[in-house]
Amino acid sequence: MSAASEGIQCAYIEDLDEVWARPSTLIETTMHYCPGCGHSVVHRLIMEVIRELNIQEIAIGVAPVGCAVFAYHYMDIDMQEAAHGRATAVATGIKRMLPDRMVFTYQGDGDLAAIGTAETIHTINRGENIVMVFINNGIYGMTGGQMAPTTLEGSITSTTPSGRDLAMHGHPLKITEMIAMLPGAYYVTRQAVNTAKAVRKTKRALMNAFKYQMEGKGGTSFIEVVSNCPSGWKMTPIESNQWLENHIFKNFELGDIKTPPKE
Amino acid sequence: MKHEIIIAGFGGQGVLSMGMTLAYAGMVEGKEVSWMPSYGPEMRGGTANCTVIISDAIISSPIINSYDMAVILNQPSMEKFEDSVKENGHLLFEANNIMVKPTRQNVTIHEIPAMIESVKLENKKIMNMIMLGSILAVRPIVTIKSVLEALKKVLPDRHHHLIPINESALKRGMELVGELTTA
Amino acid sequence: MNTKVLMKGNEALAEAAIRAGLKGYFGYPITPQSELLEYISRELPKRGGSFIQAESEIAAINMVYGGAGTGERVMTSTSSPGYSLMQECISYIACAELPCLLVNVVRGGPGLGTIQPSQGDYFQAVKGGGHGDYRVIVLAPNSVQEMADFTYLGMDLADQYRNPVLILADGALGQMMEPVIFPDYNPEDHKVDHSAWATRGKPNDRDHNVITTLHLVSEKMEEVNLTLQEKYRTIVQNEVRYETIEVDDADFIIVAFGLTSRVAHKSVELARAEGLKVGLLRPQTLFPFPTNILSELADRVRGMLVVEMNAGQMVEDVRLAVNGKIPVSFHGRMGGIIPQPEEILDRIKLVYNVNEMETA
Repeated sequence: MSAASEGIQCAYIEDLDEVWARPSTLIETTMHYCPGCGHSVVHRLIMEVIRELNIQEIAIGVAPVGCAVFAYHYMDIDMQEAAHGRATAVATGIKRMLPDRMVFTYQGDGDLAAIGTAETIHTINRGENIVMVFINNGIYGMTGGQMAPTTLEGSITSTTPSGRDLAMHGHPLKITEMIAMLPGAYYVTRQAVNTAKAVRKTKRALMNAFKYQMEGKGGTSFIEVVSNCPSGWKMTPIESNQWLENHIFKNFELGDIKTPPKE
Repeated sequence: MKHEIIIAGFGGQGVLSMGMTLAYAGMVEGKEVSWMPSYGPEMRGGTANCTVIISDAIISSPIINSYDMAVILNQPSMEKFEDSVKENGHLLFEANNIMVKPTRQNVTIHEIPAMIESVKLENKKIMNMIMLGSILAVRPIVTIKSVLEALKKVLPDRHHHLIPINESALKRGMELVGELTTA
Repeated sequence: MNTKVLMKGNEALAEAAIRAGLKGYFGYPITPQSELLEYISRELPKRGGSFIQAESEIAAINMVYGGAGTGERVMTSTSSPGYSLMQECISYIACAELPCLLVNVVRGGPGLGTIQPSQGDYFQAVKGGGHGDYRVIVLAPNSVQEMADFTYLGMDLADQYRNPVLILADGALGQMMEPVIFPDYNPEDHKVDHSAWATRGKPNDRDHNVITTLHLVSEKMEEVNLTLQEKYRTIVQNEVRYETIEVDDADFIIVAFGLTSRVAHKSVELARAEGLKVGLLRPQTLFPFPTNILSELADRVRGMLVVEMNAGQMVEDVRLAVNGKIPVSFHGRMGGIIPQPEEILDRIKLVYNVNEMETA
């Protein structure tokens, strides 16, 4: 009998030592992420949620191609590594074979909103009961700082040396607003991890998303995390967080975009 | 004994199902059979054909280009297949659908008024079964009993009430060949 | 119990897959394999499996990758242009050593081509098709019965070797009807325990399972390759399958697979009727290829003719096997045209005599 079919069992953490410690679901190793990068925080949050919901035994993650390609080195759960852009198709295959498992994808902007756009839209349109975590840092970090579909107008990247020119490169893609229109999307939110408060809100969003999946609410939960890329942006971590506040959030406004219907 | 047959006409005339019924009847009698259809966009209102082989021995190629018998239900098919009937073979065609009659001298030609007969039986959809009856009168490839057995398998349950009318059609088709020969 | 039924090749394959314990089918419509997809969409959900019509062949094969990662029996089917689209992920599946069944009901190419039958995907099917050094076990049925039989076999081989297995059919085999008998087969008896590697959720008593094909350290990636190659050698040793017809006294051999072998069989009959001692060798597995038997036959026949519905693909493997011992000729038709028994016979007569002159 899986935890999901028994209903939600939440392990409330009272011991503060455990709050400060590494969650038991996060493998004890050094992450490859650059200093200040948001990926490591989001990894930790997902693993905290999996730990607190007591679903480690039934969680299956799908890693993308991009900076998070090695997510399975850090998350102590069964994981499958997808081809570039196809994480949600892979997750669909897993979830359809094992409907009582808690399946999630973890993708960057290039993976989810460029090469994998069709899979993103159709997975959500089918209302696959999975959680999608979308890290939007506006750049291709892994391949060396090229333009991403979400790169803002004027931003300099290694393939927009004069800044993103809308006439030449098109517009930053607000895929989260797009997919919120789909009937299969159950919960769509845009969060960040640049401050302690933002981190707490993102964790709450992740917690809700996994709970919805466990309850089989009938739809996809989608969590965008607008994050930074100090290396790709050629900034210090602090500068990159300021850049988020001053520029990025103005274009990618934080908050819930689609919330579940009130019961 | 081996029978190699081409059945050709327009999509919607029951060409493929006639062939399928014949093949199924062959299988009911324990024979080796194959049914190879034309397929694809050419079936959308265009010509359709199927090759049926019924044999006592294993069938090597389901793809052949000469036939013991051709059953022709429209003019384009007549033009395509008249010459591919083997010498001393049989060429059956539906009278109402053929304007330019075949001219082959070294095959036996049977002009079957199946369309008119189907109207007389008040069901134009059974034209193909009348033709099938005629086929079996020309060459007793399988028995009518086996064809009726096959129809039970080929037709979905909701259409089983149509088996009697199909039986009448088959019998009428057989009679027609006799009438034409004696005429 | 096991009654004979008259079925289309596509439908017989679909029915066999379900009887073999198929749990997930992911596909996209394309002629001439759509009956397969339609049959499974109708039958699989009511017989305990999951069906998805994906948004593309790319999505479909990646769903197969995900489904196969759970260790359940999964498959897809497509036709040539769709199989091209799937190549990237087939490389992943092969590298990750996941079991699954693939079906390519080949149509004429290149490009959008035609929907008529072809064998133009031999290279793509047998030589890899996607990136990197990998192999897919390729089964080539030549009858509706084998469309069913090879589906069971393919599922078993996929599980046994943790490798994708491809059924390489063609438009005509998919569309034609012949009698088929479904054998007794209880999927439970064929179940392979995949729990050691499958991603089904991590119990407390084992390390987490990870399915990945990324190994950035060159030495590690070479190790992965060496393991794969070792497996492929085992497959070559154990899984070669072929059929011979009238080869015992033959002094000339036709080599053909799939539908073409049926036509070639008829040509053998025609040739024998004229007193020519012609035999047929039909590879049933294209990878592994029946190299040894071809090499043996080359020691005692005067020549071979390879017949394919393409511009000459398998003929390269036949020539490698024969290794220059005897002349190997080729006769091919393209664009969806099926060679006729008589034209093959004409070709046999031509090369038969030429070879005679050469040996004289």
